[in-house]
Amino acid sequence: MGQDMIFLLYVFVLAMFAGYEVITKVPPILHTPLMSGANAISGVCLIGAMMVTGPTETNPSTILGMIAVIMATINVVGGFTVTDRMLAMFKK
Amino acid sequence: MDIPVYSLIAYLVAAVLFIIGLMRMSTPKTARVGNVLAATGMLIAIVITLLLKEVLNYTMILIGIAIGGIIGGVVARTVKMTAMPQMVGIYNGFGGGGSLLIAAAEFFRYVNLAEGFTIQNSVTIVITILIGCVTFSGSMIAFGKLQGLVKSRPITYPMQNIWNLVIFLAVLAMIIYLIVSPGNIAVFLVLIAVCLILGVLLVIPIGGADMPVVISLLNSYSGLAGCAAGFVLGNMFLIISGALVGAAGFILTRIMCKAMNRSLGNVMFGAFGAVVQTAGVEGVEGEKIVREATPEDVTTLIGYAKSVIFVPGYGLATSQAQHCVAELATVLEQRGTDVKYAIHPVAGRMPGHMNVLLAEANVPYDKLYDIDDINADFERTDVAVVIGANDVTNPAARNITDSPLYGMPILNVDKAKSVIIIKRSLSPGFAGVDNPLFYMDKTMMFFRDGKHAIIEILNEIKDL
Repeated sequence: MGQDMIFLLYVFVLAMFAGYEVITKVPPILHTPLMSGANAISGVCLIGAMMVTGPTETNPSTILGMIAVIMATINVVGGFTVTDRMLAMFKK
Repeated sequence: MDIPVYSLIAYLVAAVLFIIGLMRMSTPKTARVGNVLAATGMLIAIVITLLLKEVLNYTMILIGIAIGGIIGGVVARTVKMTAMPQMVGIYNGFGGGGSLLIAAAEFFRYVNLAEGFTIQNSVTIVITILIGCVTFSGSMIAFGKLQGLVKSRPITYPMQNIWNLVIFLAVLAMIIYLIVSPGNIAVFLVLIAVCLILGVLLVIPIGGADMPVVISLLNSYSGLAGCAAGFVLGNMFLIISGALVGAAGFILTRIMCKAMNRSLGNVMFGAFGAVVQTAGVEGVEGEKIVREATPEDVTTLIGYAKSVIFVPGYGLATSQAQHCVAELATVLEQRGTDVKYAIHPVAGRMPGHMNVLLAEANVPYDKLYDIDDINADFERTDVAVVIGANDVTNPAARNITDSPLYGMPILNVDKAKSVIIIKRSLSPGFAGVDNPLFYMDKTMMFFRDGKHAIIEILNEIKDL
């Protein structure tokens, strides 16, 4: 394993701890919007999908990449939209 | 891929916006802005990626974004709040599926590359395939169960866990093979197929009422799949974002398991609720006498109470009673009654589901109480109204040591001065155990489906 892999592992572990600290503070009342919001953020694989679809040629890799772009965009757009819809309903 | 410094900084900004967005989720007041901040982070990341010099295939990318955007946008605007568990379920699957496809795309790219795979490439690709496939197919089954396309009771067969173990070992063998001698397309495709089967087999034995745990766990996996894809591409932004989602799912999984007093292993491999236990009615001494109430009885009791706590369960969601309940609450408040709602963490089919349904019915969120915040209030309450909930109110969980529910935190409904249970029949809840609460002297059973029961009470209360 190269140094760069270990470096990425550091990033991963520290981000997990940051996530844990932040998300423990979310109250139970907001757990459903939290999950749909997490869906939207998991659509971040859109960034990776765009990268593998990047080359201007049509080959197995770019076709798989384009399907990944579709799936990830559904998550991003759908996730953020439905979360907003839900959060708008919470009134005091 | 060589990413310029300004793009890396933009990705950092996007990651920070995700974290600030999640921090704002700590109160309902700030949460909406938080969601907008996170969405802004995503938009920055997308634009920056389009500007990378290696990303040139705008036709395919923009067509993909357009298709996904239209589907996602339309579904998100039209989905019913009762169907949120299904929606989150299928989105978990897309997260896993997207990551899986990235890993597969990278695999085929390296196969055609003269310098071939490094050890890092092959290790990260196969791990992403495993997590991505299990997340994808497992989520599709979870979606099917919630949508009613797949039987929601646990599907079991002899030696189930042994078969799963055998399949897992086969997966492990293929993974090791592909790390040692990468580039074998046939083995790679078989690995994908078997991992997909593994995801299906892991979810089919899990029953409907355990879905809050499964959805949370798959939510976590979808984040970890994104992380794994980040390792494949060497992309820190994917790793950070995936880790945030992974942590969210992990926390929710733990909360759900704790709320049922069961270990994750028991939920995953225990096939809970597969057989209706004949645990019977231990704890209920003597004859079981049920007091069946008329609409007039119930209305009089509720109408003249000083304080009422509503205890909604999954039955409220299935009968779409949330709007009627909210209306009844308004009428009661006009009569001077103090109204609260007690929400058990596993009420509904996903974490927090009941809160969203009630918020949709315009119930103010400061009336919604978590189990820990309301349990002490029951003994000071005149009437507790249980609508379509059962196991989460079962006092057997407190002291009957051989009950399957023993140790599960329950709402102290039995401590209220009077209890009204709105339920279609005396049938046991998901755990298959009888509920001693039904036979208490202070309990009235109102045998109706949730919505019709409340409508009848609403009609009666006008004449009170």
